[in-house]
Amino acid sequence: MPRRLALRATALLYLTVILLAPLAMVFYRAFQSGLEPVWQALSDPNTVHAFKITLIAAAIAVPLNTVFGVLCGLAIVRRRFRGKGLLNAFIDLPLAVSPVVIGLSLYLLYGRSGWFGPWLTAHGFQVLFALPAIVLATIFVSVPFVAREVIPTLRELGNEQEQAAATLGANRWQRFWRITLPSIRWAVIYGVVLTTARCLGEYGAVAIVSGRIEGSTETATLRVDGYLNNFNDAGAYAVSLVLATTAVLVLVAMTTIRPREGRL
Amino acid sequence: MISTYLLVIVVLPLAALLWESKKNGGHAFWQVVTSPEALSALKLTFGASFIVVLINAVLGTVTAWVLVRDDFRGKSVVNAVIDLPFALPTIVAGLTLLALYGPNSPVGVHLAFTRAGIVVALCFVTLPFVVRTVQPVLLELDVEMEEAARSLGAGRITVFRRIVLPNILPGILSGSVLALARALGEIGSLVVLTTGLLNTQVVSVFIYNKVQDGETPAAAALAMVLLGAAFILLLAVGALRFFVTRYERA
Repeated sequence: MPRRLALRATALLYLTVILLAPLAMVFYRAFQSGLEPVWQALSDPNTVHAFKITLIAAAIAVPLNTVFGVLCGLAIVRRRFRGKGLLNAFIDLPLAVSPVVIGLSLYLLYGRSGWFGPWLTAHGFQVLFALPAIVLATIFVSVPFVAREVIPTLRELGNEQEQAAATLGANRWQRFWRITLPSIRWAVIYGVVLTTARCLGEYGAVAIVSGRIEGSTETATLRVDGYLNNFNDAGAYAVSLVLATTAVLVLVAMTTIRPREGRL
Repeated sequence: MISTYLLVIVVLPLAALLWESKKNGGHAFWQVVTSPEALSALKLTFGASFIVVLINAVLGTVTAWVLVRDDFRGKSVVNAVIDLPFALPTIVAGLTLLALYGPNSPVGVHLAFTRAGIVVALCFVTLPFVVRTVQPVLLELDVEMEEAARSLGAGRITVFRRIVLPNILPGILSGSVLALARALGEIGSLVVLTTGLLNTQVVSVFIYNKVQDGETPAAAALAMVLLGAAFILLLAVGALRFFVTRYERA
């Protein structure tokens, strides 16, 4: 019994020191000097704009990567084709590569001396240091999440039900919408939650490609950094408060969805 | 269609990085990578990451064990909180750690702008990996096997070493490899917790600073090192998965 308690104490102490205490600290620090500075920072037009940019990037990246993730999962589990191993490897890459490396890659591709940069500039498209680069970076870092959730669920599902539907005359669309999608819906939703969290929290890649122009290409996470660099701690904590609250909501969503998906 | 999407979004940018570092030649690459500034960043990043992975391999396994085998009030909340590092933006993580363990620390611990601060930040961002890979294996593990061993006179340590550990080792290893990949590339939390000074500059911050200074060849060289490490670690996870499934089938 004492051994069990010792293990429990070790785990809980570690989690408190590394996770819980810091999280509680954000909420404490944000409200330390009252609501006024929080409100002031959050109603600042540049802060509002930063949140808007973050939401726009997420609103583009999440649907695209959801559709991609489902299609990709279906292809990897159900089909045989050349280069499947390669596809499988490249999906995971954004999880393993540093966001800074991702940012630099986009910078080199769309920059002045990049492959696409000069052509795009000549035709009047501003990609780097503008919204398109932020969106591209956000899409890149959040590519794998839906696919990673959908693949194991599809494997367990098998395709007997679909074959049965096919023998009863259901076409591809009907099979997908009536059988496949409803069976994997919780995996898809779980993946969407993870994708959204990743999009809202992206920092490294966006820091390089956005040019971090206040009130123009700053995202919410860059705004936190911007406030800190200007020694405006209250502002940094106010923006962090919103992001941390979102993170807690994400955790609640994950905990609600997990049992439905048949996981821990 | 899927391949085209992945090609445009992921492969082409990485190809541009590869092209840039190839353009500058192998000699320039070595010159950058072996420069004192780069070497110190590389040593710090890999050193801190290995320490953090060891810490989380041990404490992550303990946590997974407690979550599966122990029972106490509030366990479901603890289980949910494990995923916090996946949900919280890293820059906010850095800020929270700064608030708690920085210059105005309410608990009197000052780790900001030190190497210990880097270790704490990396512990935070990589915490879920080992817990989440070991937990499902422990849940599936048959307690009867352990009971049989105990009834035959094996001590607690022997049971752990001979029965539990061999079963959860692949989980610990693959979780650790993923955590290592994550730690090597971390920037958000470290931007807040470290200064630009040499002694606490990790590789990702080095790359970022070089881009800001317009020294893209130097940035590209170290980015290639990180990209190479990421490839190797992904291969390692793939190989682990392959051996485990083959072993289970046999």
